[in-house]
Amino acid sequence: MTLTTAPNLPDPDGVYAALIDAHEGLTKAESDALNARLILVLANHIGDLDVLRAALEVARGDGTP
Amino acid sequence: MTAPMRPRYELAERLYPYARSPDQDQAEPARHPVVVVGAGPVGLATALDLALRGQRVVVLDDHEGVGQGSRAICFSKRSLEIAHRLGCGEAMHAKGVVWQRGRVFRDRDEIYAFDLQPEGGHRFPPFVNLQQPYVERFLVERIAAVRAEGAEVEIRGANRVDDLAQAADGVTLDITTPDGPYRLRADYVVACDGARSPIRERMGLTFEGRVFEDNFLIADVRMTADFPTERWFWFEPWFKSGASALLHKQPDDIWRIDFQLGWDIDREAELRPAAVRARVDAMLGPDVDYALDWTSIYTFQCRRMARFRHGRVLFAGDSAHQVSPFGARGANSGLQDAENLAWKLDLVLRGVAGETLLDSYDTERGAAADENILNSTRSTDFLTPKSEASRLFRDAVLDLAEGHAFARPLVNSGRLSVPAVYDDAPLVGPDALPGGPAASRPGAPCPDAPLGQGFLLDRLGGGFALLALNCTPPSVDGPEGVPFERIGLTCERDDPLARRYLGDAARAVYLLRPDQHVAARWGDPTPAGIGRALRHALGTTA
Ligand SMILES: Cc1cc2nc3c(=O)[nH]c(=O)nc-3n(C[C@H](O)[C@H](O)[C@H](O)COP(=O)(O)OP(=O)(O)OC[C@H]3O[C@@H](n4cnc5c(N)ncnc54)[C@H](O)[C@@H]3O)c2cc1C
Repeated sequence: MTLTTAPNLPDPDGVYAALIDAHEGLTKAESDALNARLILVLANHIGDLDVLRAALEVARGDGTP
Repeated sequence: MTAPMRPRYELAERLYPYARSPDQDQAEPARHPVVVVGAGPVGLATALDLALRGQRVVVLDDHEGVGQGSRAICFSKRSLEIAHRLGCGEAMHAKGVVWQRGRVFRDRDEIYAFDLQPEGGHRFPPFVNLQQPYVERFLVERIAAVRAEGAEVEIRGANRVDDLAQAADGVTLDITTPDGPYRLRADYVVACDGARSPIRERMGLTFEGRVFEDNFLIADVRMTADFPTERWFWFEPWFKSGASALLHKQPDDIWRIDFQLGWDIDREAELRPAAVRARVDAMLGPDVDYALDWTSIYTFQCRRMARFRHGRVLFAGDSAHQVSPFGARGANSGLQDAENLAWKLDLVLRGVAGETLLDSYDTERGAAADENILNSTRSTDFLTPKSEASRLFRDAVLDLAEGHAFARPLVNSGRLSVPAVYDDAPLVGPDALPGGPAASRPGAPCPDAPLGQGFLLDRLGGGFALLALNCTPPSVDGPEGVPFERIGLTCERDDPLARRYLGDAARAVYLLRPDQHVAARWGDPTPAGIGRALRHALGTTA
């Protein structure tokens, strides 16, 4: 399996809104915790360390921390 | 200038009292093939293994017996198998507390349970809990027994090694005793002198790695409680006695309790009985009657020497590598060092193998140490998150684990020791058994299996073995001077023996090393191929 980086969301605005809505009314700490849980759920769904590594690389951008 | 003889720790049992050796009255240093420095579990096992192979061994320890405190308490199946080959596995099994279930709690809630369900057909369970002093005592008793039968092995108590000098043909040791100093010459020195290894220090060798900024309090308490025989681990326990806590049963109604205290603590104050009792009381409740048997505070380190072999000096156990105790990898990996080294050193001393075989000790056990350090570091990072992000993910895993099975394998309260597989090690030979099980691939320790009234591992005589399953063992002989035997066995499709060694294959031939690790395996071997694999396993490629 390789990481999909081509557009893959049928309803991008809906996905974006769902992410923002989930954080509605949360404190910074609660939001951070929610994000961490979400990442773990999605990582399990992907189930492939190489794909996750590729995703981490994309997320980290050009290597600047 | 040598320091006076003063014990560094209190003894629990005086097992090898000082006795003057005739070597101390020699004008020239007496010469011995092997001197083992340190009579901890690793030094004792190394000496016993070498003695059983017919080598003359002297063990030097600066104390006269076993120190106080339980220290290592979880001994793995592989350690029991090694001890069994040495003749004290049954004693450990009989005295040890057999356990297989573990529960992990957060606050008051159980978030995860595991069961190391033994898969029948093994002589020993996955783990027993047994205080390290018992293990040392059983090894010392076994050494006394083989000595009484004629083996040339002796333990010299109150013999402190203060210095050593290495030349091309041997090592000279400077030793201090209650009667003053003397010297010994050794062909080889095995340094099993513990994490602070004075030998490593004298040789100016580095011991690099990480220190974890946390303190753990061990309280061994004596009580007759009816908690189940399980490993209980708490993250953020409701009783607030530490950031994490562990409860584990030992023999003699002793329970190991462990509290994670954090980094900035007043060590002395925390070790006061009243302070320890306050923590234990909070955990056990007010009505439980107990006595404090032993307490200690320790910090974690994960580090290793760059190389375990330095000419004629070989490092084994804590002197070579140190890990955190979560995972029970200290003593268990040290016993595997001992068994890896003993047969190699024996064959080198017999002149039938050379440098390459000794170097393979460093390669194989170095890789095992790396694996242990990796596992131990990961456990420690989970227990003691080093950054805000690390804590965030740790807590997220714990949040999810109670309700979601997928998160439970991520909970890391210590990954328990499993024996190393010497994958890709230079002296490991071909895997030419299509459909063969992964668990018995070349490099792996031989899985045990029932055999009539006994077990497969009992059939292996301590030398090389050519094990033929459902075929005639090819008529190959070992090189001159190398213990070698041929074993032919038959098994049915569903026998544990077939499941563990044949897999999808109809027949197989295995070449097994003296330490019960698989050297090579074939479906259809040729005598020439077996001979090559054997020479390869001895490091004498030709
Ligand atoms: C407080 C504590 C708690 C621990 N808890 C656990 C645990 O829960 N689980 C686990 O797996 N491991 C635990 N360990 C680690 C475990 O005890 C070690 O991994 C194990 O003892 C290593 O055995 P060893 O033979 O290499 O070294 P040691 O047992 O340290 O033996 C070294 C020996 O060398 C001797 N010696 C030292 N210097 C000299 C000298 N100059 N001359 C002669 N002799 C010398 C010492 O007296 C000692 O007898 C713990 C250790 C400590 C200290």
